[in-house]
Amino acid sequence: MQTEIAHPFDVYLRETGMHNIWCPGCGNGILLNSFVTALKELDFDLDKIVVVSGIGCIGRIAGYINADSFHTTHGRPIPFATGVKLANPELKVVVISGDGDLFAIGGNHFIHAARRNVDIKVICANNFNYGMTGGQQGPTTPLNVSTVTTPYGNIEHPFNLIHLAAGSGAVYVARWTTLHVRRLTESIKKALQKEGFSFIEVIAQCPEIYGKSAKMGNAIDFMNWFKKASEVQNFSDPAKAEITPERIPVGEFVDTEKPTFEKLLREKIVQVENKTRGGT
Amino acid sequence: MSEENRALLTGKHFLSGDLACAEGALAAGCRFFAGYPITPATEIAERMARRLPQIGATYIQMEDEIASIAAVIGASYAGLKAMTATSGPGFSLMQENIGLAVMTETPCVVVDVMRGGPSTGQPTMASQQDVMQAKWGSHGDYEIIALTPSSVQEAFDLTIEAFNYAETYRVPVMIMMDAIVGHMWEKVIIPSADNIRLIDRKKPSVPLNEYMPFKPEQNLVPPMAIFGEGYRFHATGLTHEEDGRPRTESIRVQRKLVQRLCDKIRKNSDKIVQTKEIMMENAEIAVVAYGIESRAALSAVRKARAEGIKAGLLRLVTLWPFPEKNVAEIAKNVRAIVVPEMNYGQLVREIERAAKATTVRFLPKLGEEPHRPEEILEAIKGGNL
Repeated sequence: MQTEIAHPFDVYLRETGMHNIWCPGCGNGILLNSFVTALKELDFDLDKIVVVSGIGCIGRIAGYINADSFHTTHGRPIPFATGVKLANPELKVVVISGDGDLFAIGGNHFIHAARRNVDIKVICANNFNYGMTGGQQGPTTPLNVSTVTTPYGNIEHPFNLIHLAAGSGAVYVARWTTLHVRRLTESIKKALQKEGFSFIEVIAQCPEIYGKSAKMGNAIDFMNWFKKASEVQNFSDPAKAEITPERIPVGEFVDTEKPTFEKLLREKIVQVENKTRGGT
Repeated sequence: MSEENRALLTGKHFLSGDLACAEGALAAGCRFFAGYPITPATEIAERMARRLPQIGATYIQMEDEIASIAAVIGASYAGLKAMTATSGPGFSLMQENIGLAVMTETPCVVVDVMRGGPSTGQPTMASQQDVMQAKWGSHGDYEIIALTPSSVQEAFDLTIEAFNYAETYRVPVMIMMDAIVGHMWEKVIIPSADNIRLIDRKKPSVPLNEYMPFKPEQNLVPPMAIFGEGYRFHATGLTHEEDGRPRTESIRVQRKLVQRLCDKIRKNSDKIVQTKEIMMENAEIAVVAYGIESRAALSAVRKARAEGIKAGLLRLVTLWPFPEKNVAEIAKNVRAIVVPEMNYGQLVREIERAAKATTVRFLPKLGEEPHRPEEILEAIKGGNL
């Protein structure tokens, strides 16, 4: 006799037959696992969370999570999420997208949302390249690395996303690799409970695309690199958090308090409403 | 005063088209505005920045027009009536996400106060150069609704209607306002709430777990849930099934979806299209015009009638879906159609197509000024020969 036992995560994943588009060994699944674990451990109300994604491999994650979700155009999940959050501040709004989506085409939106301190959570799967379109160089591709569009080696300096997020005003900034599952989950939980613009960078292996062109090897090789190069440097200088082949600084870099856009807006509205009522 | 009363300034006012448009939005129930400063549309944002907080609602100035329309789509999915306003360069930046709004069937209103282009062009000078962009600016096959006011009162009235259409058909609705109407000051009467008809999007009536966000009803429009109500639905700019699932490889799903997105406007166009016929009974020559040009045209038609020429005016209120039947109908009864536009030949192409064998005399005009009535009159007389 066969018995069906529900997986503890079933409730968090959509059952509409969305097939998994991620390659074998991809780090995105680990990120999804971590995110869902965070929701479960917080006993989060799935009716009160909106997951927003952009374009790219990780962009499909919004469709996999059993909550209200929206898959925007390339680079635009943050302004979309801003609209959602301001229209209904009761909702927890999470953007999960890639390094190309958030920091090349969508870079302007990232810095401004962080500056305003809109209470949205941004989780970036950084795989160092444009995976979905076949492995082109992007804003996080390390110097000298070969990709399909840098066949002679990359001559662009990559972003240090931790420094960028901190400099733009994010109130919570953390970086983990997909090897640091428990710590990543803790960071996601922290961001979900914190008010203000929070940013978590997840260094995610892309063995099938980036791994091949950059000669990084398979998923296990990536994991070995993460193990060897990662240094937990909690609250160290974000300016010094750049990633090199020898060193991946990880940890929490910023955890501070600042009034959110929504809070300041509500305060302003109360002032204006009182004035309008009293006046004319 | 209650929020409702503060939102609706019932009474007589002296306003510009831009300001009337903002007041129309508030009267329609718009409670979210995201925008970016741009001449000659900035006054709409300024009015919204002042007025929305008075009624407990949200104004945000975004980092660009791409972000503005993205935020508007997000706010609409979170349940608010939302609007943005811009001019040519910003309208160009918005086009990709206007396509997203079409694909995800997002009710929203986009105002384009038309200035001279291409590129930065003439920021402070009016044009009607974006009327084709309103229909064709984003990629792919799609339909939107575009309205064009010719007076300040109409800027108010049509903004309310724009929200009603957006909510009825789950589609972005554009207000294509030439900068003369945008900056012109006239008397506006804001009616009482009882005299304003407002439409809200239809809510799903099925149990939470049976809801399909893109399953249409008889009129081809799907009822719309909003975020946070427990439906836990997915929306995507990718081609999708009625349940929201992306289907990037199915020919059947692509055909069915894109046809429906077009047909929900095309097949309802009789309910959408508005035109005004003035002195068209027994007319032998018709002027087809819209926006500020229609006012010069009306003056020309009156002068022609005074001279004994049987001229009439068909004023287009709806630009898209194009009032094809209305133009075809008048084309049957007139010898010629005169089309003055503040561009180098845009909507005249549609008019020619609808007019079939009837002669169409096109009057282009570039740079701020609309046609003088005498110029249109001359073309009416030319059409008489």
